[in-house]
Amino acid sequence: MAVTVLNKENFKEEVLKADKPVLVDFWATWCGPCRMMAPVVETIAEEHPEIKVCKVDIDENPELAQLFNVMSIPTLAAFKDGQLIGTAVGYQPKENVLKLFA
Amino acid sequence: MMDIIIIGSGPAGISAALYARRAGAEVTVISRGGGALAKAEKIENYYGLAEPVTGAELEANGIAGAKRLGVQFAEGEVVGLAMNDDFAGFAVQTPKQSYEAKAVVLAAGSTRLAPKIPGLKELEGKGVSYCAICDAFFYRGKTVAVLGEGDYALHEAEILLPHADKVMLFTDGKEPAVKIPDSIEVHKEKVTAVEAEKANGMERVSGLRTEDGALTPVNGLFVALGTAGSVDFARKIGAAVENNRIVAEPDMATNVPGLYAAGDCTGGLLQVVKAAYEGAVAGLAAAKYVKNQK
Repeated sequence: MAVTVLNKENFKEEVLKADKPVLVDFWATWCGPCRMMAPVVETIAEEHPEIKVCKVDIDENPELAQLFNVMSIPTLAAFKDGQLIGTAVGYQPKENVLKLFA
Repeated sequence: MMDIIIIGSGPAGISAALYARRAGAEVTVISRGGGALAKAEKIENYYGLAEPVTGAELEANGIAGAKRLGVQFAEGEVVGLAMNDDFAGFAVQTPKQSYEAKAVVLAAGSTRLAPKIPGLKELEGKGVSYCAICDAFFYRGKTVAVLGEGDYALHEAEILLPHADKVMLFTDGKEPAVKIPDSIEVHKEKVTAVEAEKANGMERVSGLRTEDGALTPVNGLFVALGTAGSVDFARKIGAAVENNRIVAEPDMATNVPGLYAAGDCTGGLLQVVKAAYEGAVAGLAAAKYVKNQK
């Protein structure tokens, strides 16, 4: 499945009203570790269709970063039924990200 | 751009240098000296020693052997490691100079654990950061503190200056080891806790409590104690770290293409023999990587 690009217009619909668990990758183009995270997030999107995988460019969407108290990137956030159920900060291997949904 | 930069001149770094050099690469070792090996008084369990030697002797012999093969050496404390602007190659910074290389071997030894300051671990990502260049963006117009006392702390503080409204240096009880510019307010008291407040139902850093009982309001704390260690570099560049050690493949590659790790920084047996083995593997892998880039 493809990675959904989020902005403040579609965030509510795509994340908070989603009918399955959602992974949100908060990233920026100038962040090295975020670049390392990108292929991991793509792989999760391909291998786990039961999770909706999305990303937020915090340069373009600073309000979303602020709304979720993101103060360090990359931040991986897990949502279920409209609630934030866990976050991980910094580069994480695939298993660590999937553990957020355990 | 250089072929390979090796950070660290202990057994892992030197071994990597020997093997990479003999595989045809140009190799530069950047080291600040003063690693773990020199602290060993007597080494009698390393292969090939008819008589025990001191750690310092073994280290010096290692460096001499590498110089003999044409490995270049640069003295300096590495304070920054990043992928360079076009993401092809690495930028390695010391307080006085910047270097660029196609591949880097991290052999800077094991990192001391983070200080046991209440709130430090819990608030990571919620105002506590280990990378100024990664997170300065989030503190634009805000008040931040850097925890540290040396070149590394100063380097991180200087990255924050153009972004933050106010940058302070908390030396946690030590005298600053370097000259701090007037634009950075220095606090020498020991930090006893990182305090938090709740906003939108989420916690974030609100201040630093020091031993004199005072509470200094801050929005962010950047940890940069002592010298930057292998794990600090790994975090900045996005290399996987687990239990304070860098995660490496059998060929000592990290998840960052062109970045290898060897020696105490990858954990396991903290012995010369392991460091030398990993250095050799890393050196060969780095040389092969560079050859494939040409």
